[in-house]
Amino acid sequence: MTDPGRPRIFLVDDHAMFRSGVRTELGHAVEVVGEADDADSAIELINERVPDVVLLDVHLPGGGGRAVLQGVMPHHPEVQFLALSVSDAPEDVIAVIRSGARGYVTKTISGGELLQAVYRVGAGDAVFSPRLAGFVLDAFAGGAGAEMAAGVDPELDQLSPREREVLRLIARGYTYKEVARDLTISAKTVESHVSSVLRKLQLSTRHELTRWATDRRLV
Amino acid sequence: MDLHGQWKQHRRGGRRSHRLRGPIRRSPDARVLAGVCGGLSRATGIDVTLVRIGFVLLSLGSGIGVLVYALAWLLLPLGDETTTIFSRAVTDWRGIRLVVALIPVFVVVQLVAAALHIGYLGSFSWPVLLAAGLAILIHRNAGAAERVWINDDLLPMLRTGADRHSRWSLALRALAGVVLGVGGLLVLILGHTSSAALRPVGGALLVIAAIVVVFGPWWLSLVRDLISERQARAMVEERAQMAAHVHDSVLQTLALIQRSADDPRHVVRLARAQERELRSWLFEGRPPGTIGDEAVTLADGISLLQRQIEADHGITVQVVVVGDCDLTDRLRALLDASREAAVNAAKWSGAGQVSIYAEVDRDAVMLFVRDRGQGFDPEAVPGDRQGIARSIRARMSRFGGSAVIRSSPGEGAEVELSMPRRELVR
Repeated sequence: MTDPGRPRIFLVDDHAMFRSGVRTELGHAVEVVGEADDADSAIELINERVPDVVLLDVHLPGGGGRAVLQGVMPHHPEVQFLALSVSDAPEDVIAVIRSGARGYVTKTISGGELLQAVYRVGAGDAVFSPRLAGFVLDAFAGGAGAEMAAGVDPELDQLSPREREVLRLIARGYTYKEVARDLTISAKTVESHVSSVLRKLQLSTRHELTRWATDRRLV
Repeated sequence: MDLHGQWKQHRRGGRRSHRLRGPIRRSPDARVLAGVCGGLSRATGIDVTLVRIGFVLLSLGSGIGVLVYALAWLLLPLGDETTTIFSRAVTDWRGIRLVVALIPVFVVVQLVAAALHIGYLGSFSWPVLLAAGLAILIHRNAGAAERVWINDDLLPMLRTGADRHSRWSLALRALAGVVLGVGGLLVLILGHTSSAALRPVGGALLVIAAIVVVFGPWWLSLVRDLISERQARAMVEERAQMAAHVHDSVLQTLALIQRSADDPRHVVRLARAQERELRSWLFEGRPPGTIGDEAVTLADGISLLQRQIEADHGITVQVVVVGDCDLTDRLRALLDASREAAVNAAKWSGAGQVSIYAEVDRDAVMLFVRDRGQGFDPEAVPGDRQGIARSIRARMSRFGGSAVIRSSPGEGAEVELSMPRRELVR
């Protein structure tokens, strides 16, 4: 990141309205280096301009947000992706996270929160919307479930009690700062818990996650 | 000549003639009971007072007078009526069944009379009971005008115990009780040796009858008081529930309408939604502000709640549900309480978004309603404030759940609701 105060962001969304909305809301705090309205042009432009953060619409003509992730990440792993959608369907959310996005928020998010999410993703942390936290709790429910496939890594397929607590508070609508205060831990610790959950989310072979992924023909 | 004309001719026919003149009719204007004596007197020319004395003597002697009177009542048309009560009674099957039901009473009275060797009671009872049967038919089949008279004037005279405050009825009951009681005691004390074994039984029966006559109406009134007390309590509960429902729906809507007075379209939408809800409450019995059968699972119910609150209150509702289960009555109550919490947030917090998080556990459902608005001091809210007290806490505790409200000024508010999924084993 060249200028930590003003991250360079790239907008991928097929709705021009949304793109201009984000521009006006975040324009003062970020540098918008480009826009695209479909997957192919997005891959081309992102690989060319290498922004800090890509705001990626999950539903996109030409293969969806997942195609963009697959087209960019092998070449520029330093580019961070923050997924956005209106729908909130679990398979959409899980699909983009497992494809490599560092965070997921809904489009109803306020400008200030979106900016915070951009900063956080730009710094390599994970951003969980309450919705995503709920999905993860759902997917990892029941601890070491009997329904898990044989030979899975318990380290990856279970949430620690602390991670569970953090996710629960996020799902209740708490900000990272509020979570930290409620659990009397530092904000940095909250972020590391969330990043650890994100990693599990991306790598776990838990039945629920693979099922959601299969629904999106990811595996 | 029609019957009416005949009747008029009879009236014109001299009263002093002792000859029977054609069909007898009961007299509607010279009557004490049914006008039978008046009619007879008119038809025969015998003075009405004499006829009455004759009936009273016949009744006291053997009871036959009562029966004859009842028969006459049944068979003679009143005034200028064209049909008799009897002609209507023959098709009144319910009435006839009631009369048949008197037969066991008749049998019992006969048995008691025989057992007690009271011959006159036995011979007295059958005409009286027959007359009672006829009285049932008369009451059920009398003409409209006569029935009004029976219901308004005659029955109140007989129903002495019905009016608790009437001194007359009290005196009459006391008198009847004393007569029966003294009679019973006399039978008990002066029992003849010949039937010594059975007399005490008869005496006891009479004493019991006395007690029933004296205290029966009082017992009845006690039972009536109990029933009305229970009804009153049910009504108070019903009122409380209704107040909660009206508060949840109508009052909320009215407050919203006042706030959005400058947006006519929004007002119309609110009013229409409220109208729909009230209709479904009044005519389909579904309480307003509740999630009905359209939602099967908890997640369905919460997303329905989300849509309704977003539509009605213009606030974004963010919903996260972990796990799911079928909706039960107690979970519907949980949803009602969470609706109230979210609506409170929409109305008072000033926040643009409220978060609902629900987690379904094996034993309980936890639900959090959180806003980032101005917050309040939960201690400062009077405990009787309708919204929090009734709609949230009372609803939860009615099903064994609990509600915790956390807030402080400037910090937003969070309502934590917990509802056990099944009855707690105590």
